[in-house]
Amino acid sequence: MTEQSPLTHGIDVAALRARPAVPRVDDEDIAIRVRDLNLHYGDKHALHAVHMQIPRKKVTAFIGPSGCGKSTLLRCFNRMNDLVDICRTEGEILLDGKNIFDRDVDVASLRRRVGMVFQKPNPFPKSIYENVAYGLRLGGMNKRRVLDETVEWALRGAALWDEVSDRLHDNALGLSGGQQQRLVIARAIAIQPEVLLLDEPCSALDPISTLKVEELISNLKKDYTIVMVTHNMQQAARVSDYTAFMYMGDLIEFDNTDRLFTNPARKQTEDYITGRYG
Amino acid sequence: MAGDAPNYNKHISQQFNAELEDVRQRVLTMGGLVEQQVADAVAALLKADASAGEQVMENDHRVNALEVQIDEECSRILARRQPTASDLRLVVAVIKTITDLERIGDEAERIGRMATELSAMEPPRVASSEVENLGRHVREMLRNGLDAFARMDAEAALAVAQEDARVDREYEALMRLCMTFMIEDATSIRRVLDIMWSVRSLERIGDHARNIAEYVIYFVHGKDVRHISLEQMQKEVEDAVANRR
Repeated sequence: MTEQSPLTHGIDVAALRARPAVPRVDDEDIAIRVRDLNLHYGDKHALHAVHMQIPRKKVTAFIGPSGCGKSTLLRCFNRMNDLVDICRTEGEILLDGKNIFDRDVDVASLRRRVGMVFQKPNPFPKSIYENVAYGLRLGGMNKRRVLDETVEWALRGAALWDEVSDRLHDNALGLSGGQQQRLVIARAIAIQPEVLLLDEPCSALDPISTLKVEELISNLKKDYTIVMVTHNMQQAARVSDYTAFMYMGDLIEFDNTDRLFTNPARKQTEDYITGRYG
Repeated sequence: MAGDAPNYNKHISQQFNAELEDVRQRVLTMGGLVEQQVADAVAALLKADASAGEQVMENDHRVNALEVQIDEECSRILARRQPTASDLRLVVAVIKTITDLERIGDEAERIGRMATELSAMEPPRVASSEVENLGRHVREMLRNGLDAFARMDAEAALAVAQEDARVDREYEALMRLCMTFMIEDATSIRRVLDIMWSVRSLERIGDHARNIAEYVIYFVHGKDVRHISLEQMQKEVEDAVANRR
């Protein structure tokens, strides 16, 4: 098969190791650039010189076996790994051209720009309304009208409004798992981030809730760059535009989802997605 | 990875291995049956043997039954296994291959019918050795196409596709020959027309064999080589082999 031309603009290719195929994306359509990112947990080298470019307003999925580094990589994008004492990172992650590891980057404001949703829905033990309004209040917004409008907008955006509009002041913990997960997504988008990180957002949900969240993800990509980690390969195939396959800390292959699932370039990718032992 | 030898027995799920191997075996069984049908049909035609021709027509239902069975098996695999990459391409290639095999079966049946019709007519037969040659040629294409499928050999498949151009030339020469017969002897028109229909069927069998070869290339390299020139097809296969990683 013909090799895809790698996106080499501004990158010293020779200095980097042999790179996996990368999707062809115009320069201005790249939201996040990862350059030679190495990450260590103590002695363990968890990410090996990862190099990739995440397209803007698209869904990018990370797949790979447990422990391959996909969640670790995702958590780098809003510096969640800072919370791990033994974690050490080298390299760059450029968000709109600015390295998020620079000293002058305020982590709190970075995390406002790069929102995150976890595997298990984690609503606050407050009302549905307060959950969504939380980030706004934290940002100093107290105007009732603005809060009302934003809560409705975010809940509509998360495809939850019709189910909860008549009980906004009920406790959020009374919602079903799938509703809680969409509530958490509403909370994340209420502060209008640029990037949404989803760490296995459906692994605790039943198939119908999963489909609702997947539908939501497809709708959200109109406005947000979405990066998700999933153990469910069919889910990656269904919802993502681009898929990255990782294995033991290496980015093995990164390509259009259609190509990756019909004709992957690397044998390791093929073995993983077809369920063979490599 | 495209271009690797098939490795059905490497899935973590043994059951999935067995299912894919089973469907592949059935395609080869169906291919063998269709090949035999073509051989019998041409033999019946050359001898204008009515009972042999009828036997070919009768046997066509076995080809059809296999097509239905394999189709069902493929649907089941798609629904239950959601195959990806080379597994997906195998299932897609199988679904398409059996459609062409079934059509080849129909062409054989048609030739069988011509054999029974010719048996009721007076000799002499026309262009027997040319028809025999064409029959041998398309059967060889079909056999090589099935071999390429069995071995997942894209280069062998390419050779089959290239052979189709030669079959087409033989077919055209044979058509001209038939027309000459008709011009020379108006009383032969009925007989010659039956031969022409049969020759047309043989040419179609060559086209179907070429299609099967194209599916093999798709399976092996993930390249869709339908509706492109032979030169482009050759280049695609060479590129794929060169880029094998």
